[in-house]
Amino acid sequence: MLDNPQDGYMTADGRQIGGVVMELKNITLRFGGVVAIKDISFDIREGEIRAIIGPNGAGKSSMLNVISGFYNPQEGDLIYKGYKRPKMRPYQVSRMGIARTFQNIALFEGMSVLDNIMTGRMHHMKSGFLSQAMWWGKAAREEAENREKAEQVIDFLEIQAIRKTPVARLPYGLKKRVELARALAAEPKILLLDEPMAGMNVEEKEDMSRFILDVNDEFGTTIVLIEHDMGVVMDLSDRVVVMDYGKKIGDGTPDEVRNNQDVIDAYLGVSHD
Amino acid sequence: MSETVLFAFEAALNGLTVGIMYSLVALGFVLIFKASGIFNFAQGVMALFAALTLVGFMTGQVPFSHLINAALGTNIHHFGFTLPALLAIPMTVAVMVGMAWLIERLVLKHLVNQEPIILFMATIGLAYFLEGLGDIMWGAEVKPLDVGLPQGGNIWFEENTQWLGFGNENFWGFYIDTLNLYALVIAAVLVTFLVIFSQYTKQGRALRAVADDHQAALSVGISLRFIWVLTWSIAGIVALVAGIMWGSKSGVQFSLSLIALKALPVLILGGFTSIPGAIIGGLMIGVGEKLFDFFMQPIIGGATENWFAYMLALVFLLVRPQGLFGEKIIERV
Repeated sequence: MLDNPQDGYMTADGRQIGGVVMELKNITLRFGGVVAIKDISFDIREGEIRAIIGPNGAGKSSMLNVISGFYNPQEGDLIYKGYKRPKMRPYQVSRMGIARTFQNIALFEGMSVLDNIMTGRMHHMKSGFLSQAMWWGKAAREEAENREKAEQVIDFLEIQAIRKTPVARLPYGLKKRVELARALAAEPKILLLDEPMAGMNVEEKEDMSRFILDVNDEFGTTIVLIEHDMGVVMDLSDRVVVMDYGKKIGDGTPDEVRNNQDVIDAYLGVSHD
Repeated sequence: MSETVLFAFEAALNGLTVGIMYSLVALGFVLIFKASGIFNFAQGVMALFAALTLVGFMTGQVPFSHLINAALGTNIHHFGFTLPALLAIPMTVAVMVGMAWLIERLVLKHLVNQEPIILFMATIGLAYFLEGLGDIMWGAEVKPLDVGLPQGGNIWFEENTQWLGFGNENFWGFYIDTLNLYALVIAAVLVTFLVIFSQYTKQGRALRAVADDHQAALSVGISLRFIWVLTWSIAGIVALVAGIMWGSKSGVQFSLSLIALKALPVLILGGFTSIPGAIIGGLMIGVGEKLFDFFMQPIIGGATENWFAYMLALVFLLVRPQGLFGEKIIERV
């Protein structure tokens, strides 16, 4: 199945997934002598929730960093919306519609929740430096429009009560949600989530899962996520890439992956007899 | 009212206006420190360089004239025209922005992710480089600067405060330098502008974002290099304003770069990361040193203004090291 890049497919819960929006071809990433990612290829289709799983040190975060431009792979191509993406800086990648969250939350601690989310709207604001500085006509109008978008995201993620609170004062679970809100405010084509549920309690995990599904459903955002909680991954995602020691050892629907012998070996260990 | 009270009041008033000059220099430090965590030792020299350039443009001086004359055997010093301040100031702003761009290109870009102490050392190097460059470009002599700001005692202020003496015959109203009054207004406008800019505009938000977390800033599409050029440009413009005020007061001379030292106690008082802190810290130092001098001079002699600020800073370091408005650093263990 899925040989043709234009083909979509129907998920188990009846959502229509579109064609390939991003394709990673033979990506290899090295840090000096250490090979973090070894010749990995997979694709991401429009509107799907794509998970990357694997044991610690498998190279999952490195993979996410390659997609978001924080690392540049030594070998391989990254094809986005049909074009090979040249070597880019992270801020340029972000401006192309790829937003992300971080494993260890990276928010602007000194700023309010609203201001944090407004930074997500940054590249939707086009007015020039001078008119911004003078705060005339266009700039003021633009600020109002973008503020409205930010408020929509705030409503959507149910964080109205903390909009003016400085981020540093928030508990961990809410910080994660604010980070999601900031990424979402950019109206990304692809949303990268690096362990969105790490360190959360069951209740917070349920909330976060619901938000991820809602985002995907409501805005049709393609989501790529890394997660350790197997239950969550299998419930949420449409297709899963499994990595181990920088190599891809499995790729398919949650059911396919669950029954893949290599994957079982990597997670449970192999007996040497 | 007794004369002592009145004179103490006058001393405090003059302290306020001198303090605002310190604030202007401290402001430049705060801007760069907030955005990049760099303590810019060159801020004072930037003020000097800006003032030198402004005077050079206004008097139509030929830059590097000594070098040119030595190399070509010519004897040129002036273009033979003068420029009005209204034209020379924008030109100097352009030079400061260009300088910010060059600093990012040639220095900061290569020192990304280095320890703060290394960046600090780089700014010390920058300070010496700029001082030398200013010397070669414009010459080392003291130059008067007149951008049209009125100077001397303000008669209006004096006449309108005379009633405060309540019939005291030895009191003719408070003496205050008009230039200092202007400095007060200009500083207020500058700070209002900066606060509005950083709170309510896209670039201002980006500036605060970069100050907070580089990685996160990159992930929302902020170009660090643009923000650095922007910060250093603003610091350059603030330096120009400080340079104009100090230069109008005491002429543009190389001792101007030493006022940067007075900004250090201001920063310790106000906190390294607070714009209002820089202003209030400057005012406190200004008023503090004048009053201290006024009351203590009969007892311990003059020239207390030279060391009072540093002593106050020392006390603050012991009691409240983060300054009045700085962020308290709490490490969780």
